[in-house]
Amino acid sequence: MFLFVVFALIALAAAVGVITSRKPVYSALFLLLNFATLAALYIMVEAQFLAAVQIIVYAGAVIVLFLFVVMLIGGGELDDIGGRNKKFLARLTWPRGIALVLGLGLLVAVGYGLLSGQLMTATNDAAAFGQGSVQAIAAVLYTDYALPFELASILLLVGMIGAVALAQPPKKD
Amino acid sequence: MTLPTLNFLAILPLLILVAATLLVLLADLVVRNKRVLTFLGLLAVAASLAAVLLVRPAAPTFQGMTLADELGLFASVAILVATGLALLLALERTSDFTRRPGAYVALLLLATAGMIVMAKASDFITIFLGLEILSLSLYILVGFAQRDARSNEAALKYFLLGAFASGFFLYGMALIYAATGSTNLAEISKGIASHSASLPFAPLLPIGVGLLLVGYGFKLALVPFHMWTPDVYQGAPTSVTAFMSVATKTAAFASLIRVLAAVWSGDRPWLLALAGLAVVTMTLGNLAALRQTSLKRMLAYSSIAHAGYVLTGLAAGNDRGFEGALYYLIAYTFMNLGAFATIQAVQRRDQNDVTTEQITGLSTQRPGLALLMTVFMFALTGMPPLVGFFGKLYVFSGAVQGGMTWLAIVGVINSAIAAYYYLRVTVLMYMGGATAAAGDIPRTGWAVWTTLVITAVATLALGLWQQPWMESIREAVTLLALR
Repeated sequence: MFLFVVFALIALAAAVGVITSRKPVYSALFLLLNFATLAALYIMVEAQFLAAVQIIVYAGAVIVLFLFVVMLIGGGELDDIGGRNKKFLARLTWPRGIALVLGLGLLVAVGYGLLSGQLMTATNDAAAFGQGSVQAIAAVLYTDYALPFELASILLLVGMIGAVALAQPPKKD
Repeated sequence: MTLPTLNFLAILPLLILVAATLLVLLADLVVRNKRVLTFLGLLAVAASLAAVLLVRPAAPTFQGMTLADELGLFASVAILVATGLALLLALERTSDFTRRPGAYVALLLLATAGMIVMAKASDFITIFLGLEILSLSLYILVGFAQRDARSNEAALKYFLLGAFASGFFLYGMALIYAATGSTNLAEISKGIASHSASLPFAPLLPIGVGLLLVGYGFKLALVPFHMWTPDVYQGAPTSVTAFMSVATKTAAFASLIRVLAAVWSGDRPWLLALAGLAVVTMTLGNLAALRQTSLKRMLAYSSIAHAGYVLTGLAAGNDRGFEGALYYLIAYTFMNLGAFATIQAVQRRDQNDVTTEQITGLSTQRPGLALLMTVFMFALTGMPPLVGFFGKLYVFSGAVQGGMTWLAIVGVINSAIAAYYYLRVTVLMYMGGATAAAGDIPRTGWAVWTTLVITAVATLALGLWQQPWMESIREAVTLLALR
């Protein structure tokens, strides 16, 4: 429980950092921290495979991609992001209004679910989370889902050929 | 834990195609004469076709992920024939627009593999993977003419809208899974039949089917999800347009027929929704085609209209309509591929399109090409005894049998509108003064001639001789067990 609180607080702080940083590079790095703590939380509920994928795919590939793009287009400081200098009500444009309503709605729904016990499952039941282990996933992946697994690799092959074919500069006239 | 037996024979056509792709990519590194790669591709298509026709595995296979039934066989044959013809069509002209003919052939083969997966898939997971393999390959193929700004634009447009459509697909699949607790079409069908009222999330089912229909609508270019079609068909290299306009339709319609058969309850409202889609698709496609001066754009709008005719067969909701839809897909494969092949033959080497002006007086320059184009235009119009006529006859009679006579009437009126722009091409070719300079039209090579002759003969012969393969269609539809 103690560890959970620590990781949860770090994750929350990192999430706040993502949206309040004035430099896009900092935002991306905060996001990395957030992904890493989430991976730790996954391990705590025995979803080791998910944790590993979280680190490799999100922390590894996605964030690196983000950083590449940010640095390519110049990661300077964003000036007056969303009109900080204005009064609160003046900053509340309609997209933000909708986002606020939706966010509050989500908060209320999750809160209700937790308080009424509908979102609580038997958290200590290891068997319920055993499905997240590498073994359990591999057992299904290589038997029942063998064909989709192989098809996904063909999809990656298509992407690879396409990247090479399109990245080569066109023929000169 | 016991390992399941994997029935590899069931996916033999796929294995051949993917192995050939890898071989083509390797050969690309060592072979000087790049035409060899296209011949490798043709060989693979022929081998795959033989595997489809000769190896009949027992269904179901791979834990019900894919089916090896008559519908899958039928669609696979249509798709493979289209691939073979598209490869022949591109043989002499790939070097006009790309430095990577190897990648071109490889992607064409992989797109074919994706289409076959989609047509034979009996599980939402495989349907989606097949769809993504074919879509991703086509996005890249559409943008293969890198020097042409239109091709680049088309690829980006197709990619963005295609990604959007994939979102609809996934959302629809997720909701259907929530409603029925399975991604397998057979299980879903069973679940709906046995305890439809007691399913906890039953109301999600129609929403899921609706979203799925939108996804298919994008892929099949049904109005109002057709916006990308003219730009993409015009911008893509002509051989790619010829391939994608027919093969994608076959794959997506085969898959749509499977999904409809699984979630089918024969409800009148659903049929009416399909009929409504068919009406707007036919009408808007034909009306927009009237005003085009680019032949590729005209055929793009005409392909929208033809998707509407096929949908008429599905909206009929009876066996006759479904048979008509399948017949129509085969008919469309040959006549449309033939029309695009003619465009490819007429278009200049540095161009990627043909205007109506360029074909004016074609009959004096190239009587052979003009004659073949006339055959394809007549077939697309629906003149007897060509295939197009029987396709229309079957889908419309299906609609009449299904109690939708008004739909058949709208279809016939639409065919009359369409006759104007198809026949205008013929009139221009034969009666317009000669404006096309003979030197503009490149020499037509044997590969293009072969494509043209095969499609033209098929357009004529499959209309006159249909007994044996109509039986195969009937069997395919009976096995679906609608209702």
